[in-house]
Amino acid sequence: MNVRLYVWQRATATLMVPLVLVHIAVIFYATRQQMTAADILSRTHSSVAWASYYALFVAAVSIHASIGVRNVLAEWSRLTERRAGQIAIVFGVVLAFLGAHAIFALVVA
Amino acid sequence: MPETPAELSVSLWRGGREGRYETYAVPRRESQTVLDVVTYVQRHLDPTLSYRFACRVGMCGSCAMTVNGHPRWTCRTHVAKVAGDGRLEIGPLENLPLIKDLATDMQPFFEKWQQAKGVFAPSKTRNDAIPRISPDSPARITADAAIECINCGVCYSACDTVRWNSEYLGPAALNRAWTLVNDERDAGNAARLRAIAASGGCHSCHSHQSCQEHCPVSLNPTASIAGLKRRATAAYLNGELKS
Repeated sequence: MNVRLYVWQRATATLMVPLVLVHIAVIFYATRQQMTAADILSRTHSSVAWASYYALFVAAVSIHASIGVRNVLAEWSRLTERRAGQIAIVFGVVLAFLGAHAIFALVVA
Repeated sequence: MPETPAELSVSLWRGGREGRYETYAVPRRESQTVLDVVTYVQRHLDPTLSYRFACRVGMCGSCAMTVNGHPRWTCRTHVAKVAGDGRLEIGPLENLPLIKDLATDMQPFFEKWQQAKGVFAPSKTRNDAIPRISPDSPARITADAAIECINCGVCYSACDTVRWNSEYLGPAALNRAWTLVNDERDAGNAARLRAIAASGGCHSCHSHQSCQEHCPVSLNPTASIAGLKRRATAAYLNGELKS
């Protein structure tokens, strides 16, 4: 890991602290209120705020997790750092795509 | 109090990495060190045993070996401290190429000192006045806290990150770099920060603190590496470092 990856991983981790807390609070609220999927979708549909919130969350997760996966692969497998980096980029893109797909379903579809 | 056994059962690593442990019976003596035990085997039982030592008083850092699973300086490790049951297993340091028996090749260890720019870069010539460094200055206090490294390789052998990542510079080299980063007389920090902020540098450290745990002179390389991380991160964010 070099300083650039270190800064990105720490910055995204810092960003995720409040995002995770809000996310967990939302889960608790939704389950305590016994909200159905339809109830939730009615509140998130066309919401710029929720779309922005989860877009930021997905971006932070994709960057943070892919840097972590790169380190795990580089240290614990026989892959070179370059190859580990390539796999980590693919992993990050897949995470971003899955996240974007979920946001689309939540806000637009 | 358990009775001190009259004899120690000592397993020593013999051969290269594909070698094996061989067991020797060594008389137990008062105030006996692990290095005394190894020396006894070499002088009385098997003169072909290879190992390395020099000063015998904890100054030179030559005699480090793996003793009952932990890297230690053998000249200052008393048998009573590590072999309560009368058994010793002594192997070469981990994470270094093995030459033979208990002697490792320290070349990668010292090459990484060079890579980390662990060499003083003078900022003055011999014609300049000698700068006066206050021992009370924060930078000097920070450097002094890490300066007494004896280059024994114990931290390098104990480090998980070195084991996983052959490019990692290791605790000793980074600790040395930290002392120079805080040396007001040194002029090599631009190149040094580039070296320690690159892949395999200080940011690879997982802060497991095995180096601190095992350092025979009670240094804290983890703290030095944390200092380097802060310094390099600040330099990167200020645009002084390209990565």
